Amino acid sequence: DMTNQAQPYGSYGYPASMQPAYPQGPTSHTDSSPAHDPYGPPPSYQQFSQVRPGVCETDVFSSPIHLFCIFLQMTKLLIIFYLPLNLWASPFPNMSQLSAALGGLSGVPELEVEALRPVNLLQERNLLPPRPLEAPEPNLSPDLKKVNCSPQTFRCTLTSIPQTQALLNKARLPLGLLLHPFRDLQQLPVITSNTIVRCRSCRTYINPFVTFLDQRRWKCNLCYRVNDVPDEFMYNPVTRSYGEPHKRPEVQNATVEFIASSDYMLRPPQPSVYLFVLDVSHNAVEAGYLKYFCESLLDNLDKLPGDTRTRVGFLTFDSTIHFYNLQEGLSQPQMLVVSDIDDVFIPSHDSLMVNLKESAELVKDLLTSLPAMFSQTRETHSALGPALQAAFKLMSPTGGRVTVFQTQLPTLGAGMLKSREDPNQRSSTKHLGPATDFYKKLALDCSGQQIGVDLFLLSSQYADLASLACMSKYSAGSIFYYPSFHHTHNPTQLEKFQKDLERYLTRKIGFEAVMRIRCTKGLSIHTFHGNFFVRSTDLLSLANVNPDSAFAVQMSIEDSLADSSLACFQAALLYTSNKGKRRIRVHTLCLPVVNQLSDVYAGADVQAITCLLANMAIDRSITSGLSDARDALVNAVVDLVSSYKSNVSNLQQSGLVVPASMRLFPLYILALLKQKALRTGTSTRLDERVFAMCEFKTQPLQQLMQMVHPDLYRLDNMSDQGALHLNDTVVPQPHLLHLAADRLSRDGAFLMDCGNVSFFCIVVSHIPELETLLSERVRAFLDWLQDNRAFSSTIHVVKDDASAQATFFQHLVEDRSESASSYSEFLQNVQLQK
Amino acid sequence: MAFTFAAFCYMLALLLTAALIFFAIWHIIAFDELKTDYKNPIDQCNTLNPVSDPTPHLTHTSSPLLVLPEYLIHFFFCVMFFCAAEWLTLCLNTPLLAYHVWRYMSRPVMSSPGLYDPTTIMNADILAYCQKEGWCKLAFYLLSFFYYLYGYVFILMSCTRIYTGYVHHLVHVQFVMMGEIFSKMKMAWLH
Repeated sequence: DMTNQAQPYGSYGYPASMQPAYPQGPTSHTDSSPAHDPYGPPPSYQQFSQVRPGVCETDVFSSPIHLFCIFLQMTKLLIIFYLPLNLWASPFPNMSQLSAALGGLSGVPELEVEALRPVNLLQERNLLPPRPLEAPEPNLSPDLKKVNCSPQTFRCTLTSIPQTQALLNKARLPLGLLLHPFRDLQQLPVITSNTIVRCRSCRTYINPFVTFLDQRRWKCNLCYRVNDVPDEFMYNPVTRSYGEPHKRPEVQNATVEFIASSDYMLRPPQPSVYLFVLDVSHNAVEAGYLKYFCESLLDNLDKLPGDTRTRVGFLTFDSTIHFYNLQEGLSQPQMLVVSDIDDVFIPSHDSLMVNLKESAELVKDLLTSLPAMFSQTRETHSALGPALQAAFKLMSPTGGRVTVFQTQLPTLGAGMLKSREDPNQRSSTKHLGPATDFYKKLALDCSGQQIGVDLFLLSSQYADLASLACMSKYSAGSIFYYPSFHHTHNPTQLEKFQKDLERYLTRKIGFEAVMRIRCTKGLSIHTFHGNFFVRSTDLLSLANVNPDSAFAVQMSIEDSLADSSLACFQAALLYTSNKGKRRIRVHTLCLPVVNQLSDVYAGADVQAITCLLANMAIDRSITSGLSDARDALVNAVVDLVSSYKSNVSNLQQSGLVVPASMRLFPLYILALLKQKALRTGTSTRLDERVFAMCEFKTQPLQQLMQMVHPDLYRLDNMSDQGALHLNDTVVPQPHLLHLAADRLSRDGAFLMDCGNVSFFCIVVSHIPELETLLSERVRAFLDWLQDNRAFSSTIHVVKDDASAQATFFQHLVEDRSESASSYSEFLQNVQLQK
Repeated sequence: MAFTFAAFCYMLALLLTAALIFFAIWHIIAFDELKTDYKNPIDQCNTLNPVSDPTPHLTHTSSPLLVLPEYLIHFFFCVMFFCAAEWLTLCLNTPLLAYHVWRYMSRPVMSSPGLYDPTTIMNADILAYCQKEGWCKLAFYLLSFFYYLYGYVFILMSCTRIYTGYVHHLVHVQFVMMGEIFSKMKMAWLH
């Protein structure tokens, strides 16, 4: 896919071309993958939901430049302390002029009027759109809309950015970005050029939203500096014409990829290096994952992303650590056992990580014999910590990816853990944070050496994922969890494990990556969510980057954005591709700035807001407890309703009125409160809760929304009306149903799509199997859904099986469950608090 | 002039507070460096937290330690004031003492002593909190510096007759102390 890039254009010596970007797997994988949350940022959530204006102005104390400044700042400090609050509550135009605003603006697009239509939630019950909700379109000129970044890659919670922090506070909605920067794309312009054109002061990459003052100068859209257009940029390689800098691919596409020169390297690009760290203790052998792992790796050995330099290594551990010498020329793999786990050393330096091409036979040998090697083991202990230390030592010269398979609580050596879960205390939801900082420190060391650690936890018992997850959280890895995994007793988990593993081994990977997010002057980054290490205020260090993890960013408005009508965000991801090329993927998003509260509401993106709030709630539940996080979520709804009522809607309606753009907000929040990560009650095991939290932090928006609020369809009466015609197949598009039991009926067949987690198909009576047209439609629809995701889902058929039914009914979030209220009760609760 | 134990305590507190002021300034500068992207959070946290790492795999280097010494110094002269039965001074210091205890109890999970976690320190709220904390402490230490100075003089004076020439001595002491603080601040800044 990447080899056919860019034919050179003779005279200028730099090529640029459009090419399909990494089509991986059968189709357009949008995707997802589990992962994590940092464990400490305490009051981040407060900013919008509870703190009154004034308290959140934290940033007064900045940059002392010299001694004077210190005293200057001190006086500032005192002033801040003594200034009355009304300074912050300064009068803003009273927003209760919706009708005036609407009447006055003849050019208000219809969409916006519809988005602002007041919806009384107590009366309107059919809120769901017929098809899954699309991202709202920012209110931009058609030209800008056309080139703007895809909402699947880059999405903002407010598609109209409020001008000031005060206006944002008034709106009571969080401002933030949801990013899926390394998504598998169908098409991506890749640009090879000698000079990558960037702003000289803020280093922004040139993008479609800059303005060309004339042929030779362009004005940066983030810092407004005027820059020169380099000579080279005057030539357009696509049209092969000269003097049209504004037609260059960089300026025509909001998502581009540059091939970077050596200026962007700190060292020569590393090869793809993969180390597999396998648990072979008795528990692991019992669970029986090893055989399936080896099979899967054998099948996909040729598909591992990489080139001729690709290196692999294996390391197994129980109470000792076993290394495998796979040096080319040996007749069979040699096992080297290190039993001193207190001071791990590497028995041989050059023969443990070997070139995959050269030692392919030995690797295959090892993978075939490995499952049998430990089948008789009686060793129950697990020295995960020392094994990770060994892995760190093995990998630190190159960097790369470490994949850890663990099946129990680590019981030996550094990083050993004790069981913290007490089944009777599950409702107290303590121990959401790590028990030790061993794994975090290790992850930070790994991150420093460009090593990403991915964790597969296949445990039937409590394994303290809260502590173990740190190894992936801070090294930008992914986390996979298979509760009660057993190769024969739990075939569903096995199937999921195999499918995930296949995707995991073959998906694209970027090494030694960093991502910087720049935004228009006046905006600043408040908090990041996801798996990474934050190296500076706007820079994330990602040892590995994979196409299934996403990031969320909370923003704050530091200075008024009044002098510009557009706000832009640019995410630039610099990474080493598996072919050893340094590449920069740049995404730019442009949004309008507004000064009316009604416009802010009109542009609110309810799904993005829900996802950002979910991330904030996870942080909050780790720092100040689950109940606090849940309250904050309910408050978010209460605040929105009261703010909308007092500021925008001048209709003296009783009941719960929200703008139409936010009509699903209470429903989504209720659904969030019923998620494993945030629900109360004793039915959720600690590891499952922690894993759900990890997923919230790293799943891309579409997957997360499907997890939170699954799509429910009725299958038996699907028609071809509005169907998609793809190639030769007709894919019917059934309507979405509300997630309530009264939408189900005895004689129907229903499909619930919970994203990557699973499918549930409920057949209350019987599915008419003989009716070929219908089954064809169902199959076409299922295939289409399956094709649109990265990790294929397993299909559960729910008939009479009680446990499957229980899980199915758990997802009907509008109904009352044992510990949580129904949708109407929730609305009443909100109305009472208002 | 009788030189009582209380007077000694005040004098000691005076000197130690000068050191604390120095620490507070160091903190402020350190967080400013983080904010303006001069330093990597891991390095900076290693500087601020006392580093005594027993785990061999870590490549961190040890460097000056700031948090615990500051708390210990403050605790030390609080104990001194307690012994000297200077109740008012002790009362004025208790809130900070309590704050220090609370702050240390609610620190992130860490195997080594210290307060700051490189993975959370870049969070805007935490960074702002730490900066604000630095400024507040600086203000507190500066005020208490002058309070100790007057406490010291007051004790000396209450034990002896007031000499007219004593005013000169007072002014002199004050200037010497101020000079000392300024030179320390300057050093901190240059550093």
